Amino acid sequence: MPRGAVLGLVRAIAVIFGVVTLTFVLLHLAPGDPVQRLLGPAATTAQASAIRHSMGLDRPIEAQYLTWLGHVSHGDFGTSIATGRRVGALLSDAWPATAALVALSLALTYVIGIAVGAWQANSRSRSLDGAVTTGAVAFNAMPAYWLALVLVMVFTYWLRLLPAFGASGLDAEYLSWDGRIADRLRHLALPLLTLTLIGFGGTARFVRASMRDLRDAPFLVVARAKGVGSMRTIVRHQLRNALVPVVTLLGLSLPAFFSGTVFVESVFAWPGVGQLMVQGVQARDYPVVMAAATVSAVLVVVGNLAAEAIGELVDPRSRSGGIDG
Amino acid sequence: MAETGPLWDDRPAMTGFAILAACALLAVVAPMVSNGSMPADVVASRFLPPLARDTHHVIHLLGTDRLGRDVWSRLWAGARISLSVGLVTMAISLVIGVAVGATAAFAGGAIAAILLGLTDFALGVPRVVLLLLLAALWPPSAIQVVAVLGITGWMPIARLVHADVRAQLGRPYVAGAVTLGAGRLRLLGAHILPHIAPPVLAAVTLGIGNAITLEAGLSFLGLGVQPPAASWGSLISSGRDTVVNAPWVGLAPGVALVLVVVSCTLVADGLQERGRGE
Repeated sequence: MPRGAVLGLVRAIAVIFGVVTLTFVLLHLAPGDPVQRLLGPAATTAQASAIRHSMGLDRPIEAQYLTWLGHVSHGDFGTSIATGRRVGALLSDAWPATAALVALSLALTYVIGIAVGAWQANSRSRSLDGAVTTGAVAFNAMPAYWLALVLVMVFTYWLRLLPAFGASGLDAEYLSWDGRIADRLRHLALPLLTLTLIGFGGTARFVRASMRDLRDAPFLVVARAKGVGSMRTIVRHQLRNALVPVVTLLGLSLPAFFSGTVFVESVFAWPGVGQLMVQGVQARDYPVVMAAATVSAVLVVVGNLAAEAIGELVDPRSRSGGIDG
Repeated sequence: MAETGPLWDDRPAMTGFAILAACALLAVVAPMVSNGSMPADVVASRFLPPLARDTHHVIHLLGTDRLGRDVWSRLWAGARISLSVGLVTMAISLVIGVAVGATAAFAGGAIAAILLGLTDFALGVPRVVLLLLLAALWPPSAIQVVAVLGITGWMPIARLVHADVRAQLGRPYVAGAVTLGAGRLRLLGAHILPHIAPPVLAAVTLGIGNAITLEAGLSFLGLGVQPPAASWGSLISSGRDTVVNAPWVGLAPGVALVLVVVSCTLVADGLQERGRGE
């Protein structure tokens, strides 16, 4: 295994371990007794100590920490206070919806962002370039929950085109398979549009800047002089060289993307980890919140590793064993 | 490197700066004129559209909300909270970031490795997730939001300060200052920081925009500033239910927020360009 990959893996494990420890520490620093919160004000002292014993809260804190680590490593996050369901079951229902939303919006953001940025970098019309930049910056500055509201206002209430709630219609069970897919896509449209509109501006700005820097690079002059077509020069030579920092940006932008998803899921009632977490916070359902925090940290870390791997694929120079090691 | 003129010749950056200054001025002055409190005749003055007159013939520039409160006045009362959250947060982040980055740059070796590792770790933790976790365990308040945003916003500054201070350490003027007997703190404060100020200020300006957006997000979810105080996020949230019959209630604070964040970006771009020119 190359050294970079090992380092990345070690860092990933350190971050996940750190988040798990942080949630434990925060829970024990928080004011109020979790048992009192669980039982309510009417509980007797005997009931409280019985629960405390059954939850293992009367044991020394190091032992509790080790048990917590052991449980988390098995994916066991306990029982939700608000719903009485196993937290693990709640999460395994929720994470695919979040992963799908994040993956699709990331893909769209980067495809559109790279295309727009590449076009801008080689555009001769300064006013058009400026207008596109202004639009991209404005979209990029919009908070996800606000843009979501505006899109709901336009597409759901004014145009009556798209649903604004949930991941599938109430009648989804009774639709044919192709109707069900269409229904899913219609429900996906607005959350996806929100995240993509916000994200593409950042990518486009970045791609535009790094391709502009390369515009007069000697190897591009050579390619043009050899008679390589302009489209081929742009894509094969200019874009490919400008893409390396963009892939790094992808890894760095993952936490922000995840933050955006929390708000978008909450506005559109998208049944993912973000919504689960917001509901958990509002109900003071801390086992759910802690589990969701851990899972989102894992998703972000895994995404970062994936971005590093893609970076190596795009840029042969970063592979170990090359000319400069 | 293309020649870059002084910052006041940079039109986009100056536009951004003017918008920010105007917002700050309105945030200070407008609530002195009217604080947007509830009128006596709520029913008659509810949901007035922008530029409408109420029964007292008072013009409401941005209309009124469901309790007949003037949206324009509420907007600037909210700006006081949103803008000060952004400023205080980044002041905290700046202090931590400069301390961590400069210590790592001066110390080098194992201390630098530990500090930079810590920075990378903190960058990997999703900020919103941490904020939600804290909101679940502690009762939400404005002070908590400011503290957490400040404590989670220093990493980009620390990285930047570390890289820039290290780059400056080899320069002749630093050797000169050391020869003349300047201590580390004096070297940093009086000599190096002025040199690396533009990129650091750019990061701070971007961070202010980010902090305002994040605080608004928490308040939107009801986990930030608590009523009766209201930031732009709470105002957007209060417009959520009336998106159909009174869209201006939620649109106005959102537009203000976008304007401020875009202005921060423009100013940061201008500063960044000056930092590269050196």
